[in-house]
Amino acid sequence: MSEQNQNYPEGSAFYSELRKRYLTATIWQTLFLSALVIAIISLTALIYNVLDGAFGYVAYDYKNDPAEFTSTPIHELTKEELLTILKAELSSGAYNKLDNEKKMEDRSQSDLYILFLERLVQIDTKATWSMTDSLTRGDEIRAEVAEKYPDAELEFRSWLTPQFLTTPMSSKAEFAGVRTAVLGSLWLVGIAILFALPVGVGAAVYLQEYAPHNWLTNIIQTNINNLAGVPSIVYGMLGLAVFVRVMESFTSGAMFGVTDSNGRTVLSAGLTMGILVLPLMIINAQEAIKAVPDSLRQAAFGVGATRWQTIWHHVLPNALPGIMTGSILAISRTLGETAPLIVVGASTFISLDPDSPFSKFTALPIQIYQWTTRPQAEFHSIAASAIVVLLVLLLSLNATAILLRNRTQRKW
Amino acid sequence: MENNNYAIETNDLSIHYGSFTAVKGVNMKVERQKITAIIGPSGCGKSTLLRAFNRMNDFVPSCHVTGELLLDNQNLYSKDIDPVEVRRKIGMVFQKPNPFPKSIYENIAWGARINGFKGKMDELVEQSLRSAALWDEVKDKLQQSAYALSGGQQQRLCIARTIAIQPEIILMDEPASALDPISTLRIEELMQELKKNYTIIIVTHNMQQAARASDYTAMMMIDDQRAGGVIEFDATKTIFTRPGDKRTEDYVTGRFG
Repeated sequence: MSEQNQNYPEGSAFYSELRKRYLTATIWQTLFLSALVIAIISLTALIYNVLDGAFGYVAYDYKNDPAEFTSTPIHELTKEELLTILKAELSSGAYNKLDNEKKMEDRSQSDLYILFLERLVQIDTKATWSMTDSLTRGDEIRAEVAEKYPDAELEFRSWLTPQFLTTPMSSKAEFAGVRTAVLGSLWLVGIAILFALPVGVGAAVYLQEYAPHNWLTNIIQTNINNLAGVPSIVYGMLGLAVFVRVMESFTSGAMFGVTDSNGRTVLSAGLTMGILVLPLMIINAQEAIKAVPDSLRQAAFGVGATRWQTIWHHVLPNALPGIMTGSILAISRTLGETAPLIVVGASTFISLDPDSPFSKFTALPIQIYQWTTRPQAEFHSIAASAIVVLLVLLLSLNATAILLRNRTQRKW
Repeated sequence: MENNNYAIETNDLSIHYGSFTAVKGVNMKVERQKITAIIGPSGCGKSTLLRAFNRMNDFVPSCHVTGELLLDNQNLYSKDIDPVEVRRKIGMVFQKPNPFPKSIYENIAWGARINGFKGKMDELVEQSLRSAALWDEVKDKLQQSAYALSGGQQQRLCIARTIAIQPEIILMDEPASALDPISTLRIEELMQELKKNYTIIIVTHNMQQAARASDYTAMMMIDDQRAGGVIEFDATKTIFTRPGDKRTEDYVTGRFG
């Protein structure tokens, strides 16, 4: 053994040392693996929990026998037959009210069919069961229904149906849908992004490329970072004070000749969401701009470009993928936030679609929250279905943004 | 000697970072259509001085310059001179090739376009690439990415990009330090071609390169306050055979640095 090697273990000492090193490595590796397993289990449990509520057995009966209204089997009723029945059986006041909301003649067969079931036959849900119960205790459930509700029919149903997506809110869980809420959420995302993307990118460009580095910009930077962590309800208070109250003539549309609205519009809520995601947007855009190598800026300046030409032709195009990542996060945040919407004044029961920035609105998380607080079990089932809709909406919006990002990420 | 023989002159030019003086009291007269090399040990301010010539140091917030930098008897640091105009007249090639992440064609055309070039773009691109001895290698793939080229080709593309805006002076900051010997040789050959039309100032840490390729050499060294300065400026031949300063002799003979 040479003189220099005395300080290092050799032979069997080396191997026992090496075994210890491998043991430590194995312990850490196992810990990391279990962390991953815990994450996967949590996510699976979440998805299972949601789906468990969205499907299952339902026991229901009709308050009024459909045979009282028509001799045709109810599934075969045409639009004209339904119109006639509704006109004959509904009180004229109720009929005119519906007609005022939307002309009865303009409604589709399925809309009229739902009205028929809702108003005349009046389906009455007696009990609901979760997916797990329905699959494992089918016989017990059938026996229970036969004993407790002899008149009721038992059906395995998915609460998540095409009809659930296309119908507006209703006071009966069987007929309620999420159309208004989905449209409200999309309006919110649109307004928030339209506001936060240009303002956020603009602020980031100024801070990164123009502003001097001094105590003032340091304070601004620190505040932006902190604002990203401010609880969302605080932004709700801000939105209520500024957009709903102070800027009411703008957000209610009074300034543009809209008369039947107050400040609690989708515009107020969208702007509130825009402010909420603005710090996130600025920070992401800043990081993206920082990541553009300085050699590229120097190359542009070296051929006589002005600062603006450098930013517009080189910095921004190369920062675009990072900016898009910020937008994806902003979209997710906007879709999921509930607290600021409650403060700003989302409607909890609304059946009219938002059709302008000055519309009253509701959003998916509001709707979900509202349904889960109801005592009836069938509302919990539609809340679960609405969660599935929210998740799918979130995934598809994110997927779109990621596709857009990958298209801008052109590798040279 | 007539003033107009000089492309650029410095008059007690000093460069400061905040209160620290990085380069002190430089007096140089750079001759037209010659290659002037700036040599010296690492950290002596060679690149800082070079960047002062086209005001690239303006982007370092704490950096300021005293003294004069004269181009056609005009001080480039006077208030009424726009740095964009300076960089248009004095082009720069950087240490690491930094083509734009665009096509080869666009790399040349962009600089011309933003400077309001009104001629025929295709001709300018071809002419610039020919001048940079790159045309034959890339003429069939002008629309391909500049990043697909080799390091040496990218550096020649950067030279072509600089030529395209027709500057008076080309600054080169160790343009071959990231390249292999063959690419280095091509860049040096190219410099000899270019000096027929342009004045070239090159920073290099490669003494053979300075001896081979330059007409004049400025030797820089830091003093005991860590401020760099030009200790000797003469014809390259003189610097390498009969240097006037002991420190220069030690450095160029490899006894120091």
